[in-house]
Amino acid sequence: MTGPMIEARALVKRFGSFVAVDGIDFEIAPGEAFGFLGPNGAGKTSTMRMIGCVSPRSAGELRVLGLDPAHDGPEIRSRLGVVPQEDNLDTELTVWDNLMIYGRYFDLPRAVIRERATELLEFVQLSDRRDSRVDPLSGGMKRRLTIARSLINRPEALLLDEPTTGLDPQARHLLWDRLYQLKRSGVTLVLTTHYMDEAEQLCDRLVIMDNARIVAEGSPRQLIVDNVTREVVEVRLPIDADTAVEVARLKRFGDRIEGLADRVLVYTDDGDATARAVADDGFDADSVLVRRASLEDVFLILTGRSLED
Amino acid sequence: MSTPTLFRVVEREALVYARLWRGLAFSTFVQPALYLAAMGVGLGGLVRAHSGAVDGLTYLDFVAPGLLVASAMQLAAGESMWPVLGMAKWSKQFHGVVATPIGPGDLFGGYVLWTAIRSMLGAAAFVIVAALLGAIPSMWGVLAIPAAGLCSAAFCALITAYSIRVDSDLSFPLIMRLGVLPLFLFSGTFFPISQLPHGLRPLAAFSPLWHGVELARAATTGRFDAAAIAAHIAVLVGCTAVGAFFGVRNFSRRLSS
Repeated sequence: MTGPMIEARALVKRFGSFVAVDGIDFEIAPGEAFGFLGPNGAGKTSTMRMIGCVSPRSAGELRVLGLDPAHDGPEIRSRLGVVPQEDNLDTELTVWDNLMIYGRYFDLPRAVIRERATELLEFVQLSDRRDSRVDPLSGGMKRRLTIARSLINRPEALLLDEPTTGLDPQARHLLWDRLYQLKRSGVTLVLTTHYMDEAEQLCDRLVIMDNARIVAEGSPRQLIVDNVTREVVEVRLPIDADTAVEVARLKRFGDRIEGLADRVLVYTDDGDATARAVADDGFDADSVLVRRASLEDVFLILTGRSLED
Repeated sequence: MSTPTLFRVVEREALVYARLWRGLAFSTFVQPALYLAAMGVGLGGLVRAHSGAVDGLTYLDFVAPGLLVASAMQLAAGESMWPVLGMAKWSKQFHGVVATPIGPGDLFGGYVLWTAIRSMLGAAAFVIVAALLGAIPSMWGVLAIPAAGLCSAAFCALITAYSIRVDSDLSFPLIMRLGVLPLFLFSGTFFPISQLPHGLRPLAAFSPLWHGVELARAATTGRFDAAAIAAHIAVLVGCTAVGAFFGVRNFSRRLSS
């Protein structure tokens, strides 16, 4: 396909007087892994639902696979895969029948579904659970089955809404590994997340959303370079410290400073030198930590709030 | 070959049913046998001893089509409440369906169609048992099966259109007790509506079940009046259409807004 896979101009979603998405623009190219990063309530899910043609837009332009969701919903949906935020597997069917029936929803012939279902269960490492019901599966297994299900129609783009929220670290890493494989095989990935490590790991490019708007756009690296210094010195505060006082005191050490409840972040291009200077100023050296700047910092600087509030 | 997406929904329901078939088959045949034995033979014997016939029919012949369609209504009502709320709210699997080419309207239509089919499977079992007990005097009796299916579709469409809107099952027992049960008892099922107090008789016309029972009774007894049949069918089709109008709208609101 030439041109963008998904394209939005001044896209708006309203529920009554509540504005969930307030005029956003973005373009997603074929084969790209694109992320919407932002806290809960930023408008990420509403955006995904509009792309997935299960929620009509209130205003603005939206093209998905070159088509208009308002007119070509079923056609677009037949070429997308969707992994929703909350698992919605068919609890009355087995793992295998979940794939068979879902394939039938796409009107695929049974022989084709059987072949793909076998491969997909292999891919998500659930072959040994094919005759199990859905309920006894662990959270990670349900997620993996949902991903297998979303691939049954060989989608051109895969929409993943908070794909690893609520999973333990091991399950997350297994899932990331599978998604990375998909990305390498050329599937366009569109995902939302409020985990900055997930966004850094998986996304070629992302937008940061806050309060229904896009506040920044770029590759994870570019966003950091553009908005943050190279390194961050974290100064952990004693339990009785007054953040405002400490922020004022630490101000002169960095290009920029952010106070959180339990620590102060000092943005600097030379972390070690700044950390030494801070320690020399009387801060306990054990509570001073140097790290590389992350997307979390980008979000904090752009919105004044932490991502996982 | 591409077939209407509606049938994909029916296929899913049929698969679930097929997996449970053995357990359901027993009750499908045993329930009508118990009902007919108790009401038709037991109570029917009493009726014969006291008044001979009911509307010129033996009580067994009178009550069999009533029970047949009333069972279809009960099945439709049950299937239209808890399972619908469950799939919309608890398992959220309806949301999974509408993410595919199947739209909310197809999902609603497929669900109603399946419920009608399932009611007809039950009605077929009922007709077989009733025929064995000699409760189906006319060869037209097989047409009681589509009559039950149509009545089931009407109830399923109307109740499902409601169930998709609610967020809890609190109102469902009320619908059963204040809606389904009175209809079950007073729709010409167990006694002719001519037995109702004068002022209440016209109310029966508002009961979709009464129309379904009259259709089935016309079929099983072979005594019918074409105009009345047409009117009963029109009412049931009308109820289904009203349910479908609100059902399609409410499914869209709940699942794709």
